Amino acid sequence: MSVELDVFVGNTTIMDKEVYQLWLNGYTVNDAVKVRIEGGVMEECEASADVLLSDTMDQYRTFQMCERLLHHPAKLANQLLFQIPPDRQAMLIERYYAFDDLFVREVLGKKLSKGTKKDLDDVSAKTGVSLKSCRRQFDNFKRVFKVVEELKGPLVENIRQHFLLPDQLARDYAAIVFFANNRFETGKKKLLYLTFQDFAFCAGQLINHWTLGAVDSMMEDMDVDLDKEFLQDLKDLKILITDKDLLDQHKSLVCTALRGKTSVFNEMEANFKNLSRGLVNIAAKLINAKDVRDFFIDLVEKFIEPCRSDKWTSIDMNLFLTHYTNSAHILDTFKHHAVWTRYMGVIKSCILRMYHD
Amino acid sequence: MPGKLKAKIVAGRHLPVMDRASDLTDAFVEVKFGNTTYKTDVYPKSLNPQWNSEWFKFEVDDEDLQDEPLQITVLDHDTYSANDAIGKVYIDIDPLLCSEAATVISGWLPIYDTIHGIRGEINVLVKVDLFNDLNRFRQSSCGVKFFCTTSIPRCYRAIMVHGFVEELVVNEDPEYQWIDRIRTPRASNEARQRLIFLMSGELQRKIGLKVLEMGGNAVVGYLQCFDLEGESGLVVRAIGTACTLEKISTLPSTATHQSNSSPSKDMKEPVFGEEVPGIPLSSGPPTPLRAQTFSSFSPSKSYSRQSSSSDTELSLTPKTVRMFLCPSTPALESISSSLPSTHMPCHLRPGMASRSSTPPPLHVSQSDTAMLRKSVSFSEELLLAASGMGSGGSAGKEAGPLKALLRQQTQSALEQREYPFFTLTSFPSGFLLHVGGVVSARSVKLLDRIHNPALGNTRSYKLLDWNSFTADEPETRDAWWEEIRQEIKSHAKALGCHAVVGYSESTSICEEVCILSASGTAAILSSRFMQDGPLDTEHRLSRQPLVFSTGSERVEGDMGSSASLGFEEVVPPGCGFCHIPYDELNIPFPAQLTYCYSCRRSKVPDVLFTTIDLPADANITGKGCLIQARLCRTKKKAQGEGNATAISNLLPFLEYELHTQLMNKLKLRGMNALFGLRIQISVGETMLLGLASATGVYLTALPGPGGIQIAGKTPSDITYEQHISNMQKKINDTIAKNKDLYEINPPEVVEEIIGSPIPEPRQRSRLFRSQSESSDEVSELDLSHGKKDAFVLEIDDTDAVEDIHALLTDSPTPQGFYSCNTEIMPGIQNWTSAIQMFTSVRVFRLNNANLTNQGLNKIFSDLCENLLKSLYFKLRSMVPCCLCHLNFTVAIPEDELIQVAVTAVAMSFDKEQILENGKQSGEKTLTKAITENDEQLQFNLELNPESSHANPLSSPKGLSEVGSHPSARASSMEKASPLPEGRSRSLRSNRSYSGTSVAVVKMTPLSFIPGAKIIKYLGIINMFFIRETTSLREEGGVSGFLHSFIAEVFAMVRAHVAALGGNAVVSYSMKECVFMENPNKNQAQCLINVSGDAVIFVRESELEAASVQPQSTTHTSNGGEGT
Repeated sequence: MSVELDVFVGNTTIMDKEVYQLWLNGYTVNDAVKVRIEGGVMEECEASADVLLSDTMDQYRTFQMCERLLHHPAKLANQLLFQIPPDRQAMLIERYYAFDDLFVREVLGKKLSKGTKKDLDDVSAKTGVSLKSCRRQFDNFKRVFKVVEELKGPLVENIRQHFLLPDQLARDYAAIVFFANNRFETGKKKLLYLTFQDFAFCAGQLINHWTLGAVDSMMEDMDVDLDKEFLQDLKDLKILITDKDLLDQHKSLVCTALRGKTSVFNEMEANFKNLSRGLVNIAAKLINAKDVRDFFIDLVEKFIEPCRSDKWTSIDMNLFLTHYTNSAHILDTFKHHAVWTRYMGVIKSCILRMYHD
Repeated sequence: MPGKLKAKIVAGRHLPVMDRASDLTDAFVEVKFGNTTYKTDVYPKSLNPQWNSEWFKFEVDDEDLQDEPLQITVLDHDTYSANDAIGKVYIDIDPLLCSEAATVISGWLPIYDTIHGIRGEINVLVKVDLFNDLNRFRQSSCGVKFFCTTSIPRCYRAIMVHGFVEELVVNEDPEYQWIDRIRTPRASNEARQRLIFLMSGELQRKIGLKVLEMGGNAVVGYLQCFDLEGESGLVVRAIGTACTLEKISTLPSTATHQSNSSPSKDMKEPVFGEEVPGIPLSSGPPTPLRAQTFSSFSPSKSYSRQSSSSDTELSLTPKTVRMFLCPSTPALESISSSLPSTHMPCHLRPGMASRSSTPPPLHVSQSDTAMLRKSVSFSEELLLAASGMGSGGSAGKEAGPLKALLRQQTQSALEQREYPFFTLTSFPSGFLLHVGGVVSARSVKLLDRIHNPALGNTRSYKLLDWNSFTADEPETRDAWWEEIRQEIKSHAKALGCHAVVGYSESTSICEEVCILSASGTAAILSSRFMQDGPLDTEHRLSRQPLVFSTGSERVEGDMGSSASLGFEEVVPPGCGFCHIPYDELNIPFPAQLTYCYSCRRSKVPDVLFTTIDLPADANITGKGCLIQARLCRTKKKAQGEGNATAISNLLPFLEYELHTQLMNKLKLRGMNALFGLRIQISVGETMLLGLASATGVYLTALPGPGGIQIAGKTPSDITYEQHISNMQKKINDTIAKNKDLYEINPPEVVEEIIGSPIPEPRQRSRLFRSQSESSDEVSELDLSHGKKDAFVLEIDDTDAVEDIHALLTDSPTPQGFYSCNTEIMPGIQNWTSAIQMFTSVRVFRLNNANLTNQGLNKIFSDLCENLLKSLYFKLRSMVPCCLCHLNFTVAIPEDELIQVAVTAVAMSFDKEQILENGKQSGEKTLTKAITENDEQLQFNLELNPESSHANPLSSPKGLSEVGSHPSARASSMEKASPLPEGRSRSLRSNRSYSGTSVAVVKMTPLSFIPGAKIIKYLGIINMFFIRETTSLREEGGVSGFLHSFIAEVFAMVRAHVAALGGNAVVSYSMKECVFMENPNKNQAQCLINVSGDAVIFVRESELEAASVQPQSTTHTSNGGEGT
């Protein structure tokens, strides 16, 4: 005695958000049923475990049939097979493309290759995110990456239009694509304190200010790569540390401005040259792809860590960076104002974002 | 050459990859109609080809236009090998042939392949230029409108209801042709699909011709069915009700109560007829006639009498029948037991006297089988009687002779037609006068196998015999149905009724045995819609209704023409239909009659069973609910005649038990009437399944049901006694709970009045009728027992205990849910616009072979109960809601498998009306938001400013624009079409920028959409699909396979409706779902047949807006179907 076949098809496709989430999280049907029972849905509707099982199976089947469409969200709106109200469609897409911060933190900046995919079981074990869910998230990253990789125009906008994602999610994906493309190192121990959102913020800064698209959105090249010309120009900033006069002048301007305004003035004064060297050296090296990858680790090692050991507050940090940036413009012999602004603007907001415990 | 069909292939999208090397497809399209085929150019290397073809023109007879579908095949061009088919689209162009339906078919239609399912979509434009054909001898019936809806369609008015039309067409099933051995499954499936399309078209045309002959212009309640008889062929048959309909002007102001407005104009004070004093004709004409019919058919009703029966009779029955009714009145007891038990054998005899046309089948000897089709037939009347559906002469008694005369005339008029049947289940007010009860007939037939020893191979023989085979087949099937219909007709007569309403026919086939069933509700109808329209006299002499006109004119002659309108038998609207139509003196079965609890003028039965919907004006108390009786009976495996006889013998017991169950469950819910009763009997190799579904309701006019009393047979045992009293308590509790749940609290005064001398009307009736003395006695007897708990369940063995347990195991519907199988839920009106149509299918495998009847019953009952529970759970977000039109179909696809399929619609309702408005406006803003969003995303917006994702239709005045609009849309789409794919990969991006192009199409098995008005019927949707797979596991097993198939069928229905310009399907039903599997071979096959009416609806709120601002309704409502 057994139910051989059991299907339910509605003219409007019925989808339970809760079950959808369980499916996305990689629960098996039986586990999902257990979770639902614990959730108390049974008492709520006078249902039995059998009913719950039947419903869960049915929904899982529906989701599996929809998954193909979710890979190309634009198709979801134009397909005829499932009649899904637009708000539901948006929900399906948004949740399908949602990801765990813990998981993304593990693969951020890694090459989205088969090799990485093979290591997902380790990631799964480490993060507690089920392997199924890891795979889905990884495949999502990869799919988005592949589609927007060679597209013209603004990255975020491309993602939003191709995958019909809400703005914030599209930005996050832009960050993921950007990191994957530039292979930023994010896994070093020193960087572990940074969350995905920290990186996503920085990525946003970089995308908005350092890529070619930032200068001219109609340019042939894309948003995913840093502006080579700009990187080249960054080398010119070296004068700030190689020219001793400039360095001293810069230091005195900053110290004058900050005197009495910060509690860590002495530490700052003592460390100024090191800090400035750190920042300018990062700029000068960015032309090398390898150093681009180390951008964040460099920021932490060369700047954030020294400041942190001196117990700067973020207010101190803000003050310093503001005056450090502005003072350079007053320097007589310093000519690279545009590059400096473009560089320091991003560096400042990145550091401020990254400067926490 | 009276028609020109034009088709244009615009584009394709989402095509499958046919060339693995390039991951692309070189697609082209073949457009075929009849024997003419056109091809488009090959559109190379694209999954989204833009053919933008010329107009392909087919000049054809309108006969062909009706029969043939337009066949569109999408193929992948292959230079070196044969072109691969991607899939097909069949387009039924019938809707284009009627001026009042659709004018163009335009839109994205799914490309369907029987092996792979939907594979992309194709955008087509189809138009028909029809020339007027005045040829009297024409074979076509273009212009006759078809409706699946079993009531007068919402935007029409019935001028005349002509009556029953039926037709059947037979052909050999391609699946069983010899060629099937050598062709691919795909070719075989496609041959079958195409054949069925052709047959449906032909059938519809033939029915149309009959309608034209009758002078009608439409078929309402069109019910088409397939009998897949296997080796012996494929039968497509249809029944319907021919009508003359008139479109009601679409002005919103006049719209609300169209169907009722005009016909009921002449409705006078309810008892006009009564004022005319007795005319000696009174009992003259009707009685002899009735007596006559009654006597001639009495044998066939013997069983129903037994239902209230004696022990001797029961001893003949198999031992499972242990729960029986104990008549409460000694008088009745004596009546019933006076019928000798010899009825039984008489009854079980397969052939009946009334069916002398068929040769006594059992006597056909084996030797002449090659010539004669063997048939074993058995038929049996539904047990109307057990319920005591009343008896006796209300008409004669109360309104007297005049009414009787009139009725007589309507009746005689009806009798002139072959079958006074109506497939309608709800009627314009004033049409349905009285309801007698359910009549049904079943017959077991043996499908013939043609043996030809000379050839030895049946298949090749069949090939040779093709012509003769198809030639004589329909006659046989026709004869079978004729028998059944005759029987139904006679049953109705026995109930004193001249018509059968809510009529339907069905079959169940297992191997070579076929059960034909027909059922309906015996009724008396007003002649109003059967004679001329009330006002216009010029129709009076039209051909068909001549019978009636003469009838009515004669009356006028007799009585004076001034009174003509008043002659109509006028009945009180709220209770009139409950009044018994039959003569109280010639009670066809024992019944308890009382005076109507509403008007107190006429007699009513204590319980009423019908197959129709609850009349809109009926007075009810509380709410209704779904009541199901489920039964499973084992049967020995047998072959041929033996098998047929065995089934014949089982059927009466099955029906009897189903009926008893229904009755018990009805009482348990404290209700007294069933509507929409549908009894389905399904036959398998080792069992018979019976499922009776109906909607129970408490009719205010009928007496309250007594409780259920349990009586033990061995009163000596104390524990037993205790057990019984426990059970009794449980039952009483359940009844009380149910009364509470369904809000059944009839006024208490009732009791008192029964006991008191019958008030005034009865006095008068005594004056009228000379023979009233005797009848009074009877009624007094009845009354004295009306108060008692008349229903006794006798427990004499464990089976009976089980039965009672089973009775109590029906779990109540969860909080906030109601269910019914009729169009409208009695007691609920304030629907919101949220509807959700669904289909659910379950197949259950019985693993242990040796199950008792009881065990099987429990399994089957649990299966249905669990299915219902699942539905409630699924739809919990819609609470408070009602599952309406719950239509169960059971089948035994193979040994040990039980299949149950349900199609229904869940409709939310508001406890308070106020919520409605808020919700609707919310929906509106949502829609608006979508539209805005759409515009924002729409690619190349300026090229098609008019196009929205809504259908380009439905301004009440601007229907003529329809033709131009879609083409405009199409051309703008061409311009907007992206760059050729080869050039850039940005194609994807461009396409994806556009918002949704898919219009929302609502589907419902009901004839209406809550909160909306149907402004146009676009034509009938009748689609047949086959899906097969040889990779069952890969497609997710049987469930995955069927799930996607049903979803695909829905999608195709929606797409075709949208292409017709519609935004909803009403009266949708899935008439066939035949599922076969072979998991060992990893194969499965499924056939689905669906039908419905494509319509355009407008939200009532928008309609109001439109009446203020006529220009503003250019968009149909497409608000998301709320869940």
